[in-house]
Amino acid sequence: MIQNDMSRRRLLGLGLGLGAAASLTLAGCGGGDDDGASGPAAGNGGKEYTGPKVDLKLWNGFTGGDGEIFKTLVNQFNTEHQNIAVSVATYQWEDYYNKLPGAASSGNGPDIAVMHMDQLATFAARGVISELDDVAKNLELSEGDFAPTVWKGGLYNNKRYGIPLDMHPLGFYYNKSVMEKAGLDPNKPPTTKDDFTAALVELKKSGVQGFWVSPFQFTGGMTFYSLLNQWGGTLFDADVAKATFNSDPAVEACTWFVDMIKQGHSPANVGQDAEYLAFKSGKNAFTWNGIWQINDLKKSPEVQWGVAPLPQIGSKPAAWANSHNFTIVKQRANNANKVSAAKVFINWLSQHSLDWAKGGQIPARKDVREGAEFKALPEISALAPELDYAAFPPAAPGLGEVITTFYNSFNEAALGKKTPKQALDDGVAKANKQLEDNRKKYGS
Amino acid sequence: MADVIEVGAARDDAPPSAAKAPRRGATAGRTGRATPYLFLAPYLILFGVFGLLPIILGVWLSVHQWDFQLPNRPFVGLDNYKQLFSSDSAVFGDWWQSVRATAIFTLLSVPLLVVVPLGLALLLNRSFPGRTFFRAVYFAPYVLGVAVIGLLWRFLLDANLGLVNRLLGVVGLPSDTPWVTNMPWAWISLVGVTVWWTSGFNAVIYLAGLQDISPELYEAARMDGASAWQRFRNVTLPGLRPVLLFVITTTVLASANMFGQSFLITQGTPGTETRTVVWFIVEEGLRNNNAGRAAAMSLVFALMLVVVSIANFRLFRYKED
Repeated sequence: MIQNDMSRRRLLGLGLGLGAAASLTLAGCGGGDDDGASGPAAGNGGKEYTGPKVDLKLWNGFTGGDGEIFKTLVNQFNTEHQNIAVSVATYQWEDYYNKLPGAASSGNGPDIAVMHMDQLATFAARGVISELDDVAKNLELSEGDFAPTVWKGGLYNNKRYGIPLDMHPLGFYYNKSVMEKAGLDPNKPPTTKDDFTAALVELKKSGVQGFWVSPFQFTGGMTFYSLLNQWGGTLFDADVAKATFNSDPAVEACTWFVDMIKQGHSPANVGQDAEYLAFKSGKNAFTWNGIWQINDLKKSPEVQWGVAPLPQIGSKPAAWANSHNFTIVKQRANNANKVSAAKVFINWLSQHSLDWAKGGQIPARKDVREGAEFKALPEISALAPELDYAAFPPAAPGLGEVITTFYNSFNEAALGKKTPKQALDDGVAKANKQLEDNRKKYGS
Repeated sequence: MADVIEVGAARDDAPPSAAKAPRRGATAGRTGRATPYLFLAPYLILFGVFGLLPIILGVWLSVHQWDFQLPNRPFVGLDNYKQLFSSDSAVFGDWWQSVRATAIFTLLSVPLLVVVPLGLALLLNRSFPGRTFFRAVYFAPYVLGVAVIGLLWRFLLDANLGLVNRLLGVVGLPSDTPWVTNMPWAWISLVGVTVWWTSGFNAVIYLAGLQDISPELYEAARMDGASAWQRFRNVTLPGLRPVLLFVITTTVLASANMFGQSFLITQGTPGTETRTVVWFIVEEGLRNNNAGRAAAMSLVFALMLVVVSIANFRLFRYKED
């Protein structure tokens, strides 16, 4: 979601490490395990590239351990394709999104750019990236090869701008030893509202505040975003013309979450990352956090933990999610060879996204996701069912600041500065003006 | 003053070396009036490219709706400025909120950042064993980057897990103070951290100033029976006046430009109450791609700082009279 968000988080993560880093540091397992299946890649649907040798520049923001895995994959691609040389440049997401438009318009940009789904509309509207409908057609990629949620997320104005690589949703982490101490079954994490509430009550009896409410986007805001969708609410109306996050379901969802504090299941004034640090040190039992924490938790063998899809608290399942997409950057001089080589690369990497999954992401591609090898990554694949109901951000340009407004309103509610209703009403009033400005600017 | 004049006079009187004189004359003749400008050129070029040009460009941007990536960047006249002052625009609330945050931070931090380092410098100017060590200790935080101190204090000040509340609890004080998430604690934390972080720098400047004050003046004052306070008031303070002016002016500007601390420690919370002007300008211009509006904000903000700086100078000139 949120350009600010993701990037701010990432900035923090990079600069500052620790909990924050986790989002970035999708680190973990080294790559390089290609299970001998090298080479099937550029075959059939992929439209091999047979032209003269081309150099492709690729930019991404994978600065954590995921960056290493990505580079390993690119190296493998390069050795398998004599006439394509892909070179990778990695920037912090924050810098990356600031730098890309300027570089592209001055002719120094990359050929391929990795981009979060929520950025696609803005960059498409600003003319930085190209339409990819023909790429998808050439590669014979269609909705059936992906999950519909993530495939549709690559569209803006009914045109495709991104080929999804993966998705990273929010997951439900539970601390097994804390659950055990409270007499709960550590292998049966709650899945419904009643289970969840009952578990919190048990935890409270054993002196544990089970579910901390972080007022910050990471991760309280993302939790609220998931809840709002579970209650049937939306951030915006269908045309993204009006903000709707003060609807009754939204206020109910917010109230339910913020009331955790009143009911003694969360302390007030939880700091950035405190809910996650508390989870790791056994001070709380449950936290809703990104899939990127899996590899971080694996580095702490002393923590007994599990991860499952988010419990369904509202009337339907939903989970905050975002997705990395491949895009092709518009060039001043069109080079058809480069474009076709880029297609081969995108297709190849998409087919090899199992290795990418080991970096802590759910592959967007269905055949990879349904393969036995992906299922052998228990934590990551545990969250795969969320793809069906992932709440991706809507595709409209310039939404970053509006979604920041949304998160700031939640912040005021979570810190008790305003009632949920008041905070969300104020936020919507401001968001509507921002949407109005965006409409004027992007003429949508 | 007398010193300066003497030195200058001495230079003028010094006979030019016979060997050099004709050559100098020849050069001057050839380059003529260009010489001073040639000497000034490096500075003028730098100032032009990095000072003047951006200002002109900023004015140009501020009258357009400017996104360098969009094909049309319509001229909007004073619209960007009007938005800052009309309460029904999207940016009005955030803008004045950030001005308010910046003003609060400046008013709270500047007095402390002027007085605390002065006290520190007076102490460190005395001779006592370990003086160098303490000088280093007080200066040390300043060398750390804002990212480091930001992260450090965010964790130390965390309401539920932080060391600060833990220690307060141990000595029987309230241990649930929301240092970084609620008012007025967030301001107290930001000001406190900034004083801890940057006092060393001002202290070093004061120290240099103190060492420039002639010991004879103190000796004379002592002979006249002046008390410590009288010596401070009548010798130290007047001696430090130019240094004070420098410290106050730069500190006001530095505080008004605060960004990193609130970005990292409080993250603007609660709501956006600690989001400062510079942060908001960065957000508007670089993140939200509203460069025109951000330029208008920068210019209005710069104007505010000019007014404050002039007031500063006036104040000091008045004192000197």
